[in-house]
Amino acid sequence: MTTYRHDREGRWAWRLTGAITLLVYVFLFAPIVATIALSFNASMFGGFPLTGFSLQWYAKLLTNQPVLDAFRTSMWIALVTAAVTTALGVMVAFALVRFQFPGKQAFGTLVILPALVPETILGVGLLVLIKAASQPRTIWLLLMGHIMLALPYVVLVVQARMIGISRTYEEAALSLGAPRVSAFREITLPLLIPAVAAAVLLAFTISFDNTSASLFWRPAGVETMPTQILSMLKISISPEVNALGTVMILVTVGIPLVGGLILQSLTRLRKRVVEKGNA
Amino acid sequence: MDIGAPIAQSGNPTGVDRGSKLDDKIRIGMTKGWKLYDSRLAWALIAPTLLLLVVFLLLPILIMAVYTFFTFVTAGVESSALTLDNWNEFLTDSYYHGFLFKTVRVGAITAIICALLGYFPAYFIWATKFRHKWLLLLLLIVPFWISFTIRTFSWINILGEQGVINVALIRLGLISEPLPMLYTEGAVIMGLLHFLLPYMILNVYVSLEGIDRTLISAAQSMGCTSAQAFREVTLPLSLPGLAAGLLLCFVLAAGSYVTPQLLGSGRDALFGNLIYDTIMSQLNWPMGATLSIVLFVLLGCVAATYTRYMGMSQIMKGLGG
Repeated sequence: MTTYRHDREGRWAWRLTGAITLLVYVFLFAPIVATIALSFNASMFGGFPLTGFSLQWYAKLLTNQPVLDAFRTSMWIALVTAAVTTALGVMVAFALVRFQFPGKQAFGTLVILPALVPETILGVGLLVLIKAASQPRTIWLLLMGHIMLALPYVVLVVQARMIGISRTYEEAALSLGAPRVSAFREITLPLLIPAVAAAVLLAFTISFDNTSASLFWRPAGVETMPTQILSMLKISISPEVNALGTVMILVTVGIPLVGGLILQSLTRLRKRVVEKGNA
Repeated sequence: MDIGAPIAQSGNPTGVDRGSKLDDKIRIGMTKGWKLYDSRLAWALIAPTLLLLVVFLLLPILIMAVYTFFTFVTAGVESSALTLDNWNEFLTDSYYHGFLFKTVRVGAITAIICALLGYFPAYFIWATKFRHKWLLLLLLIVPFWISFTIRTFSWINILGEQGVINVALIRLGLISEPLPMLYTEGAVIMGLLHFLLPYMILNVYVSLEGIDRTLISAAQSMGCTSAQAFREVTLPLSLPGLAAGLLLCFVLAAGSYVTPQLLGSGRDALFGNLIYDTIMSQLNWPMGATLSIVLFVLLGCVAATYTRYMGMSQIMKGLGG
């Protein structure tokens, strides 16, 4: 890395930058830390001061049937969203990176659009659509909506990796007579695995977290985790909500972190095995 | 087939010809009559996604546009008799103008504060010699994994009557009554900042990463002070990222629904809340569609102005992290 010559003014500016950076990180994490701390608070009210350590709010969550139902709903929607979106996203990214076709740029923009259009508008849009087609609001609508919302991010992640994979590998396989599908499965997909894993996790969390659009799309009587939290907050903030928030943080932060670690160690293991095989 | 032919020679200087030559060689073992990178195959790959986006994204927006001309009869009922009433009402009623103005104002304030606050961490991460720079970046990604609803309501624990700030100040004896910080426009902007800062920081950071660092050394070796080098080289070259961040923050803030709902009072509702109430509570679908189209066109214009000058690629870079 280049070393810059720092004059006095520069050193002062650098210190200021460091201080503001620290403040921004505190700003980003202080509320979350406060929420986690309060979830273990013994007090009946969802607020400070901390009066003692207790796990009673977590125990209470386990018997809260609406919360458990919402958790189950969110979980399966997120899993299906992750699977479907990743499959679609890999196909789209492959087409966008490897092929030239008329309308490619327009399609590339269209795919990104769901990330740029406010969720409120997407939410109203799907409702108007099923109203115009006089269809009932079912869980499938919610699922389709989530797939659409996660798609741009999945495509971008897979695309970024696909650009880095030289097409000569696939072409070599094809020139040796491999069918397209095997060339993709045996060559491209293994090279793409880190991006596919990232895409699955990303799509899962996007679906699991989605709030605004889900409020429009969910069928009557069905709650997802975030909408359940919103309805619990309507009364006031309670230690139970803090506990629920903490559980969700563990799920949505824990899964990607653990997933990333497993993936990393798997890659290392494979490398070691390959090296041993070569030696 | 002549396998010995130099098919996949890397570094072939005649890169353009390579494709077509390759096509001839590779046709065996594949669908007859299809080229290696046949556009028909590309269309087949994107077909399911295209269908999904047309049915669930484009068609709804079209139907919404038509709905704006429908007549509202009573809650949940409308007739397809075409009318300009909804547009007339929107354009003449200052109730709607107030919401529009407030939404633009809150979006703009949020985006600008994000830019002012977000530039520093982005610059710091880029320029630091700290070995575990990845950790700083990871910490910026982590908020994206935490539910937006949780991040938003967690501010109640900071700003509320029993929040950290009020309890601390009362304990210290500085105030006797809790300060009314929650359910204000300030709280809404705070929540939006919390949600949008990582977007801004990552956008600026990606842009800074693209700068050739030797340019800065060159400027300094020519006698620039570090402030001059920053002003003349680093800052201008990072502006595309800053602009992309501003656009994203503005669009996401102006389209927000949950944050004003949780952290604002009724008076701090933004356009998104207005749309939600119009559709879900009043069941006035034609007016709800009209308001949605207004927000869509407004934000679309902002985004179009931006892409006109900056291109789409910067936004994609920012979204991709």
